[in-house]
Amino acid sequence: MSFDVAAIREQFPILKREIDGNPLIYLDNAATTQKPQCVIDALVDYYSTCNSNVHRGAHRLADEATRRFEAARDIVKEFINAPKREEVIWTTGTTESINIVAHGLGSLLSAGDEVIATEMDHHANLVTWQQACKASGAILKTVPVNDAGELDQDAYMSMLSGNTKFVAFPHVSNALGTINPVKAMTAKAKAVGAWVLVDGAQGAAHGWADVQDIGCDFYAFSGHKIYGPMGVGVLWGRESVLEDWPVWRTGGEMISTVTLQEATWNVLPYRFEAGTPNVGDAIALGEAIRWFSALDQEAVAAHEQALLDRATELAEAFDGLTIIGNAKNKIGVLSFVMELGHPADIGFLLDRQGIAVRTGDHCAQPLMARFNVPGTARASFSIYNTLDEVDALFVALKKVRTMLA
Amino acid sequence: MSLPRTEDIVDDLSFFDDWEDKYKYIIDLGKSLPAFDEEWRTPERLVKGCQSSVWIQPGSEQDAIKGEILTFSVDSDAIIVRGLLGLVLSALDRKTPEEIVAFDISAYFEALDLERHLSPTRGNGLRSIVSRIKGLAQAAA
Repeated sequence: MSFDVAAIREQFPILKREIDGNPLIYLDNAATTQKPQCVIDALVDYYSTCNSNVHRGAHRLADEATRRFEAARDIVKEFINAPKREEVIWTTGTTESINIVAHGLGSLLSAGDEVIATEMDHHANLVTWQQACKASGAILKTVPVNDAGELDQDAYMSMLSGNTKFVAFPHVSNALGTINPVKAMTAKAKAVGAWVLVDGAQGAAHGWADVQDIGCDFYAFSGHKIYGPMGVGVLWGRESVLEDWPVWRTGGEMISTVTLQEATWNVLPYRFEAGTPNVGDAIALGEAIRWFSALDQEAVAAHEQALLDRATELAEAFDGLTIIGNAKNKIGVLSFVMELGHPADIGFLLDRQGIAVRTGDHCAQPLMARFNVPGTARASFSIYNTLDEVDALFVALKKVRTMLA
Repeated sequence: MSLPRTEDIVDDLSFFDDWEDKYKYIIDLGKSLPAFDEEWRTPERLVKGCQSSVWIQPGSEQDAIKGEILTFSVDSDAIIVRGLLGLVLSALDRKTPEEIVAFDISAYFEALDLERHLSPTRGNGLRSIVSRIKGLAQAAA
């Protein structure tokens, strides 16, 4: 197999859009990726042919919807190399996945227990643990980030002890693009007997979510960052941990038996899937993963690396621009600040030229504070971006610099 | 230096065909806003936008002719937002509370024909600033 970026682009209808007469250059992929036609079709097809409530209907549509819904679960299971399909929980996204775990954790912690998160975490993977610790009197420690934007592994080692009950870190930093050594970090946490959650919001999109290889207890990701729809995501949890984890929301399919005073909970995965699930989006996420997995992964990785290399080279040669985050292992994310102009100014002026980037704190305020910047402008690349688009970004940035001077 | 009058701003902006000129005008307006004391950048004066921050310091003075007028010092860390604040101040700074309450800011923004990018409805803190100023005027009127 090889990789033909033009053929990939053909499959994404939104890339044909123009913004104020300029072709759209979409470089906000770390926020959400665009959707290929087959994913859009999967959604339309579900609602056009078999929409119904799953698991409970005694009719043909319910059977078909349930089959497709559970088939999507199998696709996720394969994709993340989960030992069992029952360990794959549908959620609304990474944030909910993490909240499910944090909610349970709050009641499992005692005063004096320690939880470790990181300075580079997205708020979803930090504030949740803050709350779990506050509720229980546990202590939250955070692994610092070095100047290159990497987690300080020595500091991490020194924080681990017999008191460490839980460790959470991102697979990849959303703001900097740093790829963390998740396997090594997990092994160290498991050695002291802690539970480990990997926030895979930015990692799953690269096909690296091999939960058995990583060795973690929980892995969370969102569908919309991996070419799937918004509003659906996954929590994977090791069966032996998840089957006793306190339930999150109650109602619907998660219940086994009910009297007026008592209820018992259903088995995994339904135990954590309260209410009517997001069937159509789950099916479309299955299609997105099927689509993505069929690509030549080596070629995809080489393409994304080429985009990052070109962007980094142009950024380093660009007067008045500083890259924030120079980790050795990075995904295609270029976070930067400019001497002239606040990130918001850069965002305004790029937008006017048809280029979509994210500006701001990237929901990682402690990390921005660490680098002493109010925020950054962030260009994040995906498989459908081209080297020409990277070049166009820097032509546009020259205009930005001139206008702000 | 004093800000251009609202009528002049509307005229000037309508004159530009090119987006770059329009933005440049707003950037220049941002640069010409009176300096904001660095020490005033405090949480109490902060109006958080989603991408940039805006600070406001209200005050009042006695005008020989009009009586009490409200004054506003404003700032943003983003220069384009500072420019947009200039548009707002041109309309609402150093006016009596009654004048501020009566001023139709929506019609003004419409007349400015600001592009979607610069629209005060974007999360740039501008809308909050306007309602803050209007609220203060309402209370003083």
